[in-house]
Amino acid sequence: MVYFTAEEKAAITGLWGKVNVEEAGGEALGRLLVIYPWTQRFFDSFGNLSSASAIMGNPTAKAHGKEVLTSSREAIKNLNNLKDAFAKLSELHCDKLHVDPENFRLLGDVTVIVLATHSGRECTPDVHAAWQKLVSGVATALAHKYH
Amino acid sequence: MVLAPADRAAVLALWRKLGTNVGIYTTEALERTFVAFPSSKTYFLHLNLSPGSAQVRAHGQKVANALILAVNHLDDLPRTLSYLRELHTHKLRVDPVFFKLLCHCLLVTLARHYPGDFSPNMHASLVRFLNHVISALAPSSG
Repeated sequence: MVYFTAEEKAAITGLWGKVNVEEAGGEALGRLLVIYPWTQRFFDSFGNLSSASAIMGNPTAKAHGKEVLTSSREAIKNLNNLKDAFAKLSELHCDKLHVDPENFRLLGDVTVIVLATHSGRECTPDVHAAWQKLVSGVATALAHKYH
Repeated sequence: MVLAPADRAAVLALWRKLGTNVGIYTTEALERTFVAFPSSKTYFLHLNLSPGSAQVRAHGQKVANALILAVNHLDDLPRTLSYLRELHTHKLRVDPVFFKLLCHCLLVTLARHYPGDFSPNMHASLVRFLNHVISALAPSSG
């Protein structure tokens, strides 16, 4: 079980309040598809993913990225119980979508990098570390129901 | 090991822009690694790891020198970095996972300081470059 200190929670919610979550989510998913091309296999129905600019401009990818990060916003309300918060999504990603959980870690790391581009000096080592803990907790929670 | 021309050009251009400041960013990357991934400190217990430590700065500069060397020898990374591979594998016995964590923290550092340069394509080129460096440093490429 991952536990977040009061300072870590403040770092997470503080940065969340300052960043355009929808935009960051779309950008993170887009970068994942560009940098780790095998992840495109999960998104065949998205349309044109033939180049970096096509991917970053793809409206379906952006919308899905927004959905991914928005679901994390809900998780932030349950920081000390991420496994329960993500139980249904974990089952979905295992049973229906067949996504290798390593990809959750990759998306988490890309998300932290995107947040760094948006938050500049707010992205101190402590804030960065709190976010790493969050994305790691989310990735673990998403993998929890795998069998 | 060959990096595609577009990746080379992107990485070389960024390194030129960083100029003599590469050491500043590699030091920050080390500091971030220690905070975000505390188990990484295991390799540095002989150093003063408090923020602003001159010893961490000195090690950051060594990392910077190695990356500058790598950027200038992209066609022959395994041979260029063989001394460092030997050192990190047999003497320092560093788990290669640590290199991945440090490289990730370097990407976060560069993204934080150079957001305007950190396009998806630049990000991808840096990942490919750093993966080549890690492969050259890790035992399996020996």
